[in-house]
Amino acid sequence: MFAYIIRRVLYAIPILIGVNILTFALFFMVNSPDDMARMQLGMKHVQQADIDKWKQERGYDKPLFINTKAKGMHVLTDTIFYNKSISLFAFHFGSADDGRDIGYDIRQRMGPSLSIAIPAFIVGLLVNITFALLLAFFRATYVDIWGVVLCVIMMSISGMFYIIGGQFLISKTLHLVPISGYGEFGWSSFKFIILPAIIGVISGFGSGARLYRTLFLEEIGKDYVRTARAKGLSELRVLFRHVLKNAMIPILTGVVVVIPSLFLGALLTESFFGIPGLGSYTIDAIRSQDFAIVRAMVFLGSVLYIVGLILTDISYTLVDPRIRLEE
Amino acid sequence: MSAIQLTRSLGRAVALVLTLLILWVSYPYILGVKGEHYWTDDLIFILVASVIILVTYIRNKEHLLAPWRKVFRRKLAMISLIVIGIYVSLGLLDSIHFRKPLPNTGQSQQVNYSAEVLSVLDELLMPLKLHSEETYSAPFALYSYSKKMLLDAHGKPVRDYPRLRYAGAHLKNPTDRGRDILMTSLRGVVYALGGWLLLQYLLTWQLARRSQQRLTRTWRLIWRAQTEIPWRVVSLTLLIILIVLVPLGMLSVHYHVFGTDKVGTDVFYMSLKSIRTGLVIGTLTTLIMLPFAVMLGIMAGYYRGWVDDFIQYLYTTLNSIPGVLLIAAAILSIDVLFDNHPQWFPTIYERSDFRLLALCAVLGLTNWTSLCRLLRGETLKLREMDYIQAATAFGVHNLKIITRHILPNVMHIVLIIVVLDFSGLVLAESVLSYIGVGVDPSTFSWGNMINNARMELAREPIVWWSLFAAFIMMSLLVLAANLFADAVRDAFDPRLQQMLQKAGAEND
Repeated sequence: MFAYIIRRVLYAIPILIGVNILTFALFFMVNSPDDMARMQLGMKHVQQADIDKWKQERGYDKPLFINTKAKGMHVLTDTIFYNKSISLFAFHFGSADDGRDIGYDIRQRMGPSLSIAIPAFIVGLLVNITFALLLAFFRATYVDIWGVVLCVIMMSISGMFYIIGGQFLISKTLHLVPISGYGEFGWSSFKFIILPAIIGVISGFGSGARLYRTLFLEEIGKDYVRTARAKGLSELRVLFRHVLKNAMIPILTGVVVVIPSLFLGALLTESFFGIPGLGSYTIDAIRSQDFAIVRAMVFLGSVLYIVGLILTDISYTLVDPRIRLEE
Repeated sequence: MSAIQLTRSLGRAVALVLTLLILWVSYPYILGVKGEHYWTDDLIFILVASVIILVTYIRNKEHLLAPWRKVFRRKLAMISLIVIGIYVSLGLLDSIHFRKPLPNTGQSQQVNYSAEVLSVLDELLMPLKLHSEETYSAPFALYSYSKKMLLDAHGKPVRDYPRLRYAGAHLKNPTDRGRDILMTSLRGVVYALGGWLLLQYLLTWQLARRSQQRLTRTWRLIWRAQTEIPWRVVSLTLLIILIVLVPLGMLSVHYHVFGTDKVGTDVFYMSLKSIRTGLVIGTLTTLIMLPFAVMLGIMAGYYRGWVDDFIQYLYTTLNSIPGVLLIAAAILSIDVLFDNHPQWFPTIYERSDFRLLALCAVLGLTNWTSLCRLLRGETLKLREMDYIQAATAFGVHNLKIITRHILPNVMHIVLIIVVLDFSGLVLAESVLSYIGVGVDPSTFSWGNMINNARMELAREPIVWWSLFAAFIMMSLLVLAANLFADAVRDAFDPRLQQMLQKAGAEND
């Protein structure tokens, strides 16, 4: 298994290089270093000498992907792409357009993101599984049918409406918690966290509960469940001891892959509630067209995604001993 | 179904498509306007044409028709289909663009055309489009939302709420408003009932003719819900829709039924114009990504080896980038492209249309991977089947095996994904517009409406109506699409849910 993990980690390298090539190509295809320099220095009255100086200072005076003038390995290494992306692999994200250190900002903003994402994730998972179990228990009755209809209706409403509606109802009309903002410590931060977390749970409820219901129903149709009933177990016992346990395998593997990306936060929730997390950081960067931050977040997102995939494979072997990671 | 009949009905479909094509090219000359064909318009035309040909093809193949029968037998599916049908017809009307000729000044023979591009839907909604107030006004309001300096009866200036220019302008006395609304609605309901009776008669007549039964018997069958397709539900749905829509339409001529926004545009008009944007994103995205996803997915599964490795690498790489960020990066680049080459898109209409198309393409780029993965898995399974092994043994060409034996057997997955993706894409548009990487701000879209209305809730008294209109229009479409997609999935491949879950697990 150890060798397998090593191989997966190595396999991540070409993927990350591909991600970088893609983001670079996307950006520089339309925006040459000259354009960048002109944009930074102010559009008008810029001399070519100033542009060249700017490019040299920032290391943009080299060819983009392939340096035809260089020799040996320098054909590839003496380029903008190599110089700018090799530092990403060491998690040196450089500085944003306004001069702030991106790596520092990301570390600062992880905490607030996680403080909302983790409660929302755990509570959401519990709520969804409980509701899905309820529907599976009452399967093919009116409870089940209307429960599924409720799920579909909740799925059909855009997450933005939950956020806007929640802010309006809870914060503005009932004055229970502040509309937006974030506090650092203990109880004072709790009142800022509770509403975004609840809304996170609600907006994921429809699709989640419906999916888990299908998974439970899939298990309920299997032979071992019939055997369990035949030996006289009560329906509740069958559901909890057998169905839930076996359905945990697909549920867990679906869930593990998203755990690393919790770091990235929820874009909309953080932006609407003014939480200084990575989600709002990303949105602000997109709005202000700060490509350095977008590039850093793309890289971080890809890394977390790959970590999620590896964790999924490992979790398979942990919950289902029949699976071995070899081949 | 014999081959002759098949050719005949296919011939009919081709004739229909050709007629549409001729109409599509020639309507400006017939109407005496200057036609404006945007890229999305042309793509929508291609989409409509291919749907017509597909429908004709499926109608003649019993094995293809069987799952659709299952779909149409479900009540919820039929209700959703009607709702979607209404949205689609409004969207199609909004996709025929033209510029009207300006009145001839008599100087020269040459006809000049107005700079404003209209669609057929604009022409139908002309009163709504023209009835633009100064600023906010509540639904059915007669007075403006904000106070203004006015002259009272004695010519003295007072600060008061001014009367709206268009809403209720036909009323002599503002107190008549309630009665007028009631009477107009009642008249609308009567018209709706009349229209519904006519539709019901046409439907019964058509069914009776097809089953060669008497009209009264068909009528009885429908109302006892003894028909194969739930026609009773269909006609009740139509009745409800007509009773809502006809009075709404009649009222909207004299009032702002959903109020007006900050610059005084009628919100009902805005939400109707947004339909096209939502539909374009929901359908054209899939249309653009489909060829790539199908081709690469089948190739990866069929050829295996390095082809498979490469394609897997490709989609893992694309997948690993968080969707929003990839879209944002691509759209930001396109924005820079616009800024650097303003001469490419001389008018704002062309620019916003291209932005819409670019958004579809970018969304397609992030969306094709899940379909590709599913098709790869399915092809891997299929290629081990005996009939394909036999075909290979007989020396049938690879390309022929793919087109004759594999493609038809994975088409149901493609169909399910197309239908399932639709609602997600409509929802995605609103989120992207909020972040600022969605459609052009000048395009009508629900996302832009929500984005503009977001801050209005903080006003006192609150401006809730634009948000409300966007919410109703969008949720209704997405709900109908979700219900319809469920029916399609259940009919074509109930086990796909699990496969999707597995794909989603590696995907999200």
